[in-house]
Amino acid sequence: MAVKVRIPTPLRKLTNGQDEISAEGKTVKDVIEDIERHYPGLKERICEGEGKLRRFVNIYVNDEDIRFKNNIDTALKADDEVSIIPAIAGGLL
Amino acid sequence: MNFTEEQIERYSRHIILPEVGGKGQAKLLKSKVFVLGAGGLGSPILLYLAAAGVGTIGIADGDCVDLSNLQRQIIHDTNRIGTHKAVSAKQSIEALNPDVKVVIYKERLNADNIREIIRGYDIVMDGSDNFPTRYLMNDAAFFEKKTLISGSMFRFDGQVTIFKPHAGQPCYRCLYPEPPPKGLVPSCQEAGVLGALAGVIGVIQAVETVKELLKIGNTLAGNLLIFDALGMNFRKVKVRKDPECALCSDKATIKELITYEEACEIQAAKCEA
Repeated sequence: MAVKVRIPTPLRKLTNGQDEISAEGKTVKDVIEDIERHYPGLKERICEGEGKLRRFVNIYVNDEDIRFKNNIDTALKADDEVSIIPAIAGGLL
Repeated sequence: MNFTEEQIERYSRHIILPEVGGKGQAKLLKSKVFVLGAGGLGSPILLYLAAAGVGTIGIADGDCVDLSNLQRQIIHDTNRIGTHKAVSAKQSIEALNPDVKVVIYKERLNADNIREIIRGYDIVMDGSDNFPTRYLMNDAAFFEKKTLISGSMFRFDGQVTIFKPHAGQPCYRCLYPEPPPKGLVPSCQEAGVLGALAGVIGVIQAVETVKELLKIGNTLAGNLLIFDALGMNFRKVKVRKDPECALCSDKATIKELITYEEACEIQAAKCEA
C-alpha cells in the first residue's frame, strides 16, 4: 500500500531534491524501511538506533504526531500523508 | 484611556475594526511584549508591533548589524552596520511610532538573567537563530508563566506556534523534547535562508501576538503551522501536551534553567564602540 511522504528541505538532498515521495508500508516503521531502501541514509537522519525516532524529529500521519498514537507502529491506510518535520532553529541553525 | 487626535488618526484602521475598537487599541497601548532577537524574524515582528502601537517593546540582541544581515533584517540599514542591533531596532521603532517605549537588552541572555528580564512582559516572542537560546527561552517562559509566540526558519521552511503550558497547552519540549546534538545538524556553512521567508514567518508571529493580546480569533496554540516556500504550502499539524514532558508535565525533571552548548560557532559581527 502506497502512502505519500513529505520530505523537509534539510533532507531533500537524500531524495534527489524531491519534496514528496511515495513509499510502501502498513505502518510508519515499514515506510521508514521502504524509504531507506530507495534513499539510503534517510533513516539515520530521523532514527537513532533501531527504530527509535530522534528527539528533534517528529513524524506526523496526516495532522497527528505519531508519538501520541502508536509511535512507529502507527498503522497506515491508503492515502494517508506522512510528514517528517524536524526542529528548525533559524538562519544559522 | 483618552486618545490624542493624532492617535485616533494613527490607529484609525484598527479602531474601526469591531474586533479591535478603541478598547482594543487602548489595550495594545498598555501591552508589553518582549522580543528575543532583532534579526530576520525580529525585524518584521518589531516593525508591526510598533506600528500597531504596542506600548512597551523589549528587544534583546547581543549582536551588531553586519552587511550579511541586510538581505533579510529589514529593521536595520546600511548606515547601521556595526551598531548594536537592539540600538538600531530602537531607532527604527522610534522613527515609526513615538508612542512606543522601547527597552533594550544588549547583553546575551543566559540562565542567570532571562527570567528576571521577561518577568514584566505580557507576552514573549522567540525570533532566535539557535537551539540553546530556544530551549532557554521556552523553559524561562514556562517558569514565568508567559505565553511564548515561537517562530523559526531554515532555508525555505518556516514554523510558527504558540506555547502556553500555564494554560494547559503544550511547550516547546512537548513538541521537540531535546535539541539536536552537535554534528547532527547541517553545518553553518551549509545553512542559508530565503530573505523574504523571514517576513512571512515574523509577520505571522506578529499577527498571533496581537490576537493573543486582544484575545480575539483562534490562535495557533496547540497547532504548528508549517510553511514551505518552495511548494508554497501552508499546513497545520497538532501539537499535543506531552504527558511525559520533562518540563511542563507532572513527571517534570527539569526544575531550573539549562545551558546547552551551541551546535555551531556563530561568528558575531564586530561592534563599533
